[in-house]
Amino acid sequence: MSAALLTDLTIFILAVLIGFEVIGKVPATLHTPLMSATNAIHGIVLVGALLIGVTAHTTVGYILGFVAAVFAGANVVGGYVVTGRMLKMFRKKAPAPEISQESAEALNGHKGIRGLADKVGIGRAQS
Amino acid sequence: MTGFTAHVGFTGWIQLVYVLVAVLFVIGLHLMNSPATARRGNQVAQVGMVIAVVATFVLMIHDGGVTTTGWIVLLVGALIGSAVGLYVARTVQMTAIPQLVSAFNAVGGGAAALVAIYGYYDAESRGAVLGTTSVFSVLDVLIGSVTFSGSIIAAGKLQGFIPGQPITFKGGRVLNIALAVVALGSGAYMFSTPSLPALLILVLASLGFGVMMVLPIGGADMPVVISLLNAFTGTAVAMAGFVIQNWALIVAGALVGASGSILTKLMADAMNRSLANIIIGGFGTGDSAAAIGGPVDAQVRSIAADDAAIQLAYASKVIIVPGYGLAAAQAQHGVAELGKILEDHGVEVSYAIHPVAGRMPGHMNVLLAEANVPYPQLVEMDEINPEFARTDVALVIGANDVTNPAARRPGNEISGMPILDVDQAKSIIVIKRSMGHGYAGLENELYFDPKTSMFFADAKKAMTQLTSAVKTLVA
Repeated sequence: MSAALLTDLTIFILAVLIGFEVIGKVPATLHTPLMSATNAIHGIVLVGALLIGVTAHTTVGYILGFVAAVFAGANVVGGYVVTGRMLKMFRKKAPAPEISQESAEALNGHKGIRGLADKVGIGRAQS
Repeated sequence: MTGFTAHVGFTGWIQLVYVLVAVLFVIGLHLMNSPATARRGNQVAQVGMVIAVVATFVLMIHDGGVTTTGWIVLLVGALIGSAVGLYVARTVQMTAIPQLVSAFNAVGGGAAALVAIYGYYDAESRGAVLGTTSVFSVLDVLIGSVTFSGSIIAAGKLQGFIPGQPITFKGGRVLNIALAVVALGSGAYMFSTPSLPALLILVLASLGFGVMMVLPIGGADMPVVISLLNAFTGTAVAMAGFVIQNWALIVAGALVGASGSILTKLMADAMNRSLANIIIGGFGTGDSAAAIGGPVDAQVRSIAADDAAIQLAYASKVIIVPGYGLAAAQAQHGVAELGKILEDHGVEVSYAIHPVAGRMPGHMNVLLAEANVPYPQLVEMDEINPEFARTDVALVIGANDVTNPAARRPGNEISGMPILDVDQAKSIIVIKRSMGHGYAGLENELYFDPKTSMFFADAKKAMTQLTSAVKTLVA
């Protein structure tokens, strides 16, 4: 076993332990945003997808890199945005009964992104 | 020229930046321990992600190995992905969050698998001898591919374009085992002999296994399945971190793996079922509907909106018990409005949230938060159960099995399942469309309790009627 591998394994095991310790304290109320936030965090795989580019010089390499970049990009951006949207809703007191700023924002954002999505030629959500 | 895997950790400084990123992820998750700080937590994790991506670009530019085509392919890919992710994240309904999380599990697991697939392809095309990293490559491809196809099936079931009920067919289990054997066999072969066909077989068998693993699982078991696939994705990303020797991926993957595992266990415990039992399936098919024991010959008392409204308006403490039926009927806003009116009238209102209320862990809390219910009113099962005894009215909407006192007795489908002690309340109102059975196919003894009144209606309509009736009473 190489020293590098040993280091990686040590980091992995310690990180799992920290994960159990930290996540165990999250209340059930927040479990959905938690899962969504961890969803965004595993979007770090974008780093791996980008690094494919360092050595990719063939068509196969480019295709694999492209697909990985699309997947990871959707994962990381979508994950953070939807988590933020959810957490915004958790309020200590009931807000005044008017159209919330959030839905107005969502509406504006909707148009902009939709326009962008049309430009680059993508349709609705894909999985 | 060195290979893909050797390049990545090439400056210690960049690796140190990745450690900082890992620290920010941990701090971010730590801040998720309270609704008051959770938003900041998400932002801290987001900052970590931006730093990680910038550091990676620095590394790529410094290395200089990226071709012009490579840059275009990666940047266009990342931008398209980001645009899709942003659009979906902004427009998704809160009821559809489980399928979105599932979709993100799919693409995360898929991307992790692709990193290892590329790494293996790259090493093989250079004729490099594979070292110990190939163990992690195989695990990454295996887990990532299973997550990818399994999560797509899960999302399809949640979205409704694949039937939610368990899909089983003759020989399904044999096929499953065969796929697992083929996947593991080709993976083992890859250790000894670098072989692209073996890699391809590993990918296909793993994809098939993912599909076959989730198809037989019923819609109501989705909270467990999503949590499990979340843990898988994290593990796949950590394996990808081993493949490219990147600490940010290893730590982030480990954190997500730990989180998914904890949630999987919590969900399985809340259903009183083992993970193996859920994966193997066979429950919730409705074929074992015969109720064992329980006073089924007793009378059911039905009630109209006006009478229910009187009970609620004159109560001093009301607990609302929402279940998935509430979300299915889109009645969460109606419930929140009713709760608000009662609250303004001086009634103490809280919501009892069972861990498996909804289609993923904690789903009901998000739905009610969206309907502007303040989070201090959302109370977890263990905290609210002692409160029922001093509650005047428990209002059950769209929840069934989690309120069935039969769970306290041995010898039936739900024995031992943790339930909300609704039957301890002084009086109980159940809003339900019909006397239909819950997911476990069991008669709910709560409905035959002399303290219980049944209000037969669609949850959304019932809320409108109740709200207007209460309004006239309190005006």
